[in-house]
Amino acid sequence: MPNMILDGNILDDQWVYLEKSDTPAQQEIPDGSVIVPLKTWLAQKETLATRQDLGVWLDSDEEPEDLADDIASLKLIAVNFPKFADGRGYSIARLIRERYGFKGELRAIGDVLLDQLFYMKRCGFNGFALRADRSAEKALAGLTTFSEVYQAGTDQPLPLFRRRA
Amino acid sequence: MYKYDDYDHQIIRDRVNQFQDQTNRYFAGELSEEEYLPLRLQNGLYVQRLAPMLRICIPYGMLSSTQLRRLATVTRDYDKGYAHFTTRQNVQLNWPTIEDSPKILAELAEVELHAVQTSGNCIRNTTTDQYAGVTAEELVDPRPYCEIIRQWSTFHPEFAFLPRKFKIAVNACPDSDRAAIHVHDIGLQIVTNSDGKLGYKVLVGGGLGRTPMIGSVIREFLPEHDLLTYLDAILRVYNRYGRRDNKYKARIKILVKAMTPEGFAEKVEAEWQHIKDGPSKLTDAEITRIKSHFTDPAYKELNDQPEELSAKLAENKFFSNWHKRNVAPHKKSGYAIVNLTLKTLGIPPGNVTDKQLEQLAQLADEYSFGELRVTHEQNVVLGDVEQNRLFELWEAIKPLGFATPNLGTLTDIICCPGGDYCSLANAKSIPVAEALQSKFDDLDYVYDLGDLDLNISGCMNACGHHHVGNIGVLGVDKKGEEWYQISLGGASGQDASIGQILGPSFAREQMPDVIEKILQVYVDKRSDEELFIDTFRRIGITPFKERVYA
Repeated sequence: MPNMILDGNILDDQWVYLEKSDTPAQQEIPDGSVIVPLKTWLAQKETLATRQDLGVWLDSDEEPEDLADDIASLKLIAVNFPKFADGRGYSIARLIRERYGFKGELRAIGDVLLDQLFYMKRCGFNGFALRADRSAEKALAGLTTFSEVYQAGTDQPLPLFRRRA
Repeated sequence: MYKYDDYDHQIIRDRVNQFQDQTNRYFAGELSEEEYLPLRLQNGLYVQRLAPMLRICIPYGMLSSTQLRRLATVTRDYDKGYAHFTTRQNVQLNWPTIEDSPKILAELAEVELHAVQTSGNCIRNTTTDQYAGVTAEELVDPRPYCEIIRQWSTFHPEFAFLPRKFKIAVNACPDSDRAAIHVHDIGLQIVTNSDGKLGYKVLVGGGLGRTPMIGSVIREFLPEHDLLTYLDAILRVYNRYGRRDNKYKARIKILVKAMTPEGFAEKVEAEWQHIKDGPSKLTDAEITRIKSHFTDPAYKELNDQPEELSAKLAENKFFSNWHKRNVAPHKKSGYAIVNLTLKTLGIPPGNVTDKQLEQLAQLADEYSFGELRVTHEQNVVLGDVEQNRLFELWEAIKPLGFATPNLGTLTDIICCPGGDYCSLANAKSIPVAEALQSKFDDLDYVYDLGDLDLNISGCMNACGHHHVGNIGVLGVDKKGEEWYQISLGGASGQDASIGQILGPSFAREQMPDVIEKILQVYVDKRSDEELFIDTFRRIGITPFKERVYA
């Protein structure tokens, strides 16, 4: 059962995730569409830069600042939520979108559940790899929980007070 | 008072529907206990010792009579007919069911009440001075800024899963601080700079709990329009770097201490530089729009101290005692601020019945333009009472139990629900408060002691604010038995300080005598008009120790 949502559509995930390695410089990267850990990317980016099918994932304690120079060349960035209560990924996502101007797929991975999707979308995620035991169909509803919002976000750059009729 | 428009109503209705759906999924087994927990907490629903508890938000303490009546209905229909005013300007129901909670929230939403973010690791209700808008002491009315913060913090997408809870308080009085901004995660003091421009002095990292700290100033002057972008910057630094490995070290105060206030301030400034001129910078139009909700009511032109008041004060000692303690000066001549005390002997501090809620609504309608404020001292305030009607009001509230003339004195105790209700508590707090109120029931003695804050918390989470009580009492667990530790010298105003621990703790039955000894030291050592806190600061803790442990 597909449990991936991208831009509001349910689809089968084509990407393969590579776990973190203790020796990122030596980690082997298979062919195909692969999402590599940040440290592996940083250690090998000279050689990896030519590949068009790579994405990078950050853990919640990693710094999006480390990717600042690579943003334009990446197709996909994923941010891990080790636990749904770990909210660092929301700030990381906004920085990737709003400060570094990333235009590609920004994907939430890890403990990703329906009830976080609205906030995640507001912080710039457009891809949601739902936890394996959850149905993407039900989760879709989480993207439209609120019909109006007060604050500025990645999805709505103007706060309500600048739009209020 | 702020009135919802269609946008505000829609957002709160969407929230109620969301929570109804979440609760349905929880009962259908689609949400685990662990997954439902933060969702229900962010809707104010705790599961406590005896039953779930629903904490309803009273934004910066303001309530209309319509809202009070709805609260009364809800306590009657879904609870046991009483509610509890908390130490953070909220109201709690102690006996709702989880199943009923979405329905309760739907009924509250109709009158612009909600329980959004009253619990959980998110930005909580912003609190302020209970005399906001009616005291001459303030620079400006702080409530419009609180409302601006309320809207910004409501469902802020980036800060719903912070390391720990987060509380903001705003004060606009230069010389007094009833909002306790020095002991909040962020304290905002509204100030003007040397050019006469309005702005905020920003404090961070204050707090009570097991590591009490006074907040540090990280910015002497933040211009008025930069409020939200600067708050975004502080919260972003905290969200990214606050500790998440240990819940007792997760509050922002620990991060500020670890980075030093200067280091933290630098990090915030650096973040702020990126966003300060973004779309979240406040506009004149928005500040004006929000302020238009907090204009003066239709005051009459009246004189201060009218003859009928002076006459009653002269002839009735009980009335004049009450007037002296419970009535405060108003910015508008001929009006007064009246504190109604919810500290009747034999009733847990802050508890009110559904009937009393309706009586309060009636009083607000008759005497104060239909509005009322709740205070962090767990009392309520009628903000706009005509001075020539004070005697009439006093006569009306005496039989209702709201006229105990002890505001700010020893027996106006701040007290958490304690072990009688709360699953976190180490010890009961309400029986201690009751024992002290019984022991010190001689009002002349209490008046002679003057302003004196006695605060009781049932555990180190410090909901009773014991650290900032002139006398603080903390319930502790010693091998399964309930004991009480005393601290002295705490204060929560502009000169805030954390109390010092007196020494080994006491059994409950010892408490009244121990407090009496502490008071004796004060009475012996004070000079003329010196308050307890000032005597303590002058003579230190040693004389108290020597007397109590003699």
